[in-house]
Amino acid sequence: MSSETLEDRYQTVGSPLLEDPKMRIRSVDVSYANNQAIFDVNLDIGKNQVISMIGPSGCGKSTFLRCLNRMNDTIDICKVTGQILLDDEDIYSKNLDVVELRARVGMVFQKPNPFPKSIYENVAYGARIHGLTDNKVQLDELVEGSLIKCGLWKEVQDRLEEPATGLSGGQQQRLCIARAIAVNPEVILMDEPCSALDPIATATVEELISELSENFTIAIVTHSMQQAARVSQRTAYFHLGKLIEVNDTSQVFTNPEHALTEEYITGRIG
Amino acid sequence: MNMPTSNLLLVIVLATAVAYLLGRLRSQQIAKPLGGVRHLATLPNYYASLVGLWAFIPAMLLVLCWTVFDGVIISSLVKSVLPAEAKSLPSNELSLVLSQITNTASGITDLSTLGEEYQPAVNRLLFLNNISHKSMPILAIVVLILGFLIGYRAIDAKHNARYAVERIFNIGLLICSSIAIFTTLGIILSVIFESLRFFEKVPFFDFVFGTHWSPQIAIRADQEGASGSFGVIPLIAGTMLISLIALSIAVPAGLMSAIYLSEYASTRVRNIVKPMLEILAGVPTVVYGFFAALTVAPAIRTYGDQLRDWGASNDIQWLANLAVSSESALAAGMVMGIMIIPFVSSLSDDVINAVPQSLRDGSLGLGSTKSETIKRVIFPAALPGIVGGVLLAASRAIGETMIVVMAAGLAANLTINPLEAVTTVTVQIVTLLVGDQEFDSAKTLAAFALGLFLFVITLALNVIALKVVKKYREQYD
Repeated sequence: MSSETLEDRYQTVGSPLLEDPKMRIRSVDVSYANNQAIFDVNLDIGKNQVISMIGPSGCGKSTFLRCLNRMNDTIDICKVTGQILLDDEDIYSKNLDVVELRARVGMVFQKPNPFPKSIYENVAYGARIHGLTDNKVQLDELVEGSLIKCGLWKEVQDRLEEPATGLSGGQQQRLCIARAIAVNPEVILMDEPCSALDPIATATVEELISELSENFTIAIVTHSMQQAARVSQRTAYFHLGKLIEVNDTSQVFTNPEHALTEEYITGRIG
Repeated sequence: MNMPTSNLLLVIVLATAVAYLLGRLRSQQIAKPLGGVRHLATLPNYYASLVGLWAFIPAMLLVLCWTVFDGVIISSLVKSVLPAEAKSLPSNELSLVLSQITNTASGITDLSTLGEEYQPAVNRLLFLNNISHKSMPILAIVVLILGFLIGYRAIDAKHNARYAVERIFNIGLLICSSIAIFTTLGIILSVIFESLRFFEKVPFFDFVFGTHWSPQIAIRADQEGASGSFGVIPLIAGTMLISLIALSIAVPAGLMSAIYLSEYASTRVRNIVKPMLEILAGVPTVVYGFFAALTVAPAIRTYGDQLRDWGASNDIQWLANLAVSSESALAAGMVMGIMIIPFVSSLSDDVINAVPQSLRDGSLGLGSTKSETIKRVIFPAALPGIVGGVLLAASRAIGETMIVVMAAGLAANLTINPLEAVTTVTVQIVTLLVGDQEFDSAKTLAAFALGLFLFVITLALNVIALKVVKKYREQYD
């Protein structure tokens, strides 16, 4: 089955829906000006699970991820329709404060983007803007705790006041993750978090993702199928803006239901 | 052969082009039996350029040196045949005699103004000029051809002409970049030397710490006049007062407009507003000047008078004593502030736009609002550039003359009251130098000392600002 024969209202195969999910995505379409990037996606994201989104370049997986905390709002021409629920609350509803949403649904980006401030200030940033701590002692604890969770504490505890831009790429990315979890979000979105890192730093970050999934719901976009296989419980395969298949990761990589998924994971498309 | 230098330059340029083409042909000729251009050590263009440079540079150097030095050499040769009494003249009178000889030689005046005894000198000058004008082009072309031959014969498949060409261009670039440096150096030195002459007449500390500025002195020996006093403090205070008023308007307005344009405005608004802001920078300062003098200053005075009347009728003592001068620092400073808004806004807008989008995304992704993102991430990252813009605006404000002349007056009052007339360093430099003055009186020399003082102040401001920026900058790459 080739992509040309995919109908506009395509029915995802596998098990996209769950009992009692963290986020529900229903009939979501996304378009940039006149180009539709996402077609009718229905998907549930399970609590304290890692779901990975794979697919060839330009398939819309990053666009989809950016809908989940409304980062697409910053792009004027981007239009999102459909319904996205976070704990049964519509995140595109007029009553919802996007600032609060992004505090609950954090994001880690493709390229490490530490602020040009000290390591300490980077982690403390979210806590400061959301008023999470009342005094310096609490803030210190929060910063230390977040850095410990990201396995960065030992490496940076003696140089918290040094600029974060002086860290290595892998350390910077873990710092960005520490910065995101310091706000104590419920969901963390990761957009190819390891694509700018070397294999050793990648392994550290992957380990970190697995540990974090105990406490956080994580949605990760990745180009590496091995990474998807290593860190996620469920995998969603996107193709040309359509969600083709969603299944348990082990099933997607051993016994894909859809021919397109199989072609992608065996390297025939992508 | 007798041709003007401009024609000679044209000939040299054309000959260089011919040399280039010949060099190119020659290198291709050499390449052919070897099996093509790839068997040469470098591309034919480099061989050709080297031949061209061989032809061009020595000939140009000769022409340059000749035009610089021939006047000096000829006049020294002419001096040797002057009558004995002329030789013993002091140097400034001697140069007058020499220029009269030149005029006579070129037929502007006739010999009678000088006297018969100068005939040999005039003849000598005519003769030497004739030789110089005839021989220079010939010599230049001979040098050009020699250079060309050397370069042409050096074309060789094994010799890599690229190295030499690159080195020559390197030196050329170096010379270009040093022009600005040497010019600045020259200006500074000339200002320093003139200032030293001023400080011979007026003590240094009287100048730097003096609080009274009144440069009226007798400019001719037979004139009665005040001895003049040259205390620079009122001028510095006036400059600072007006600059501060200007900056306190331009910095907030410029910065806010930059933030609005780069972060909030839609593309449509931005495309209209930004060019219009930049038009402000293109309005001649003299136009701002009469706007300040004819519109703003009277408005301020009218408003001040109304306030005073109101204060008097309501028995508010300090208001009733309010005095607004018709030329005020406030008017000049306000208009100057408007004038420098584009400097602040345009430069700040550029640096704010240069802050990577990834930093905005990172901050928004953590749940900060747009204004938190601007205040905590974008502004600190853009700070060095913003300070640069403010500094540029400050130096414009300090150096601005026209608006102050027209709107703030010439009275050197030592005051911090923005409603009084003040004057600035630049305005005083202008008033010192216009009019008939001897260039060695204390009054005119004071202009140089003021210039030096201004230069030192702006330099110090720059150094301090750089230090501050270095301390607080947040580098994002």
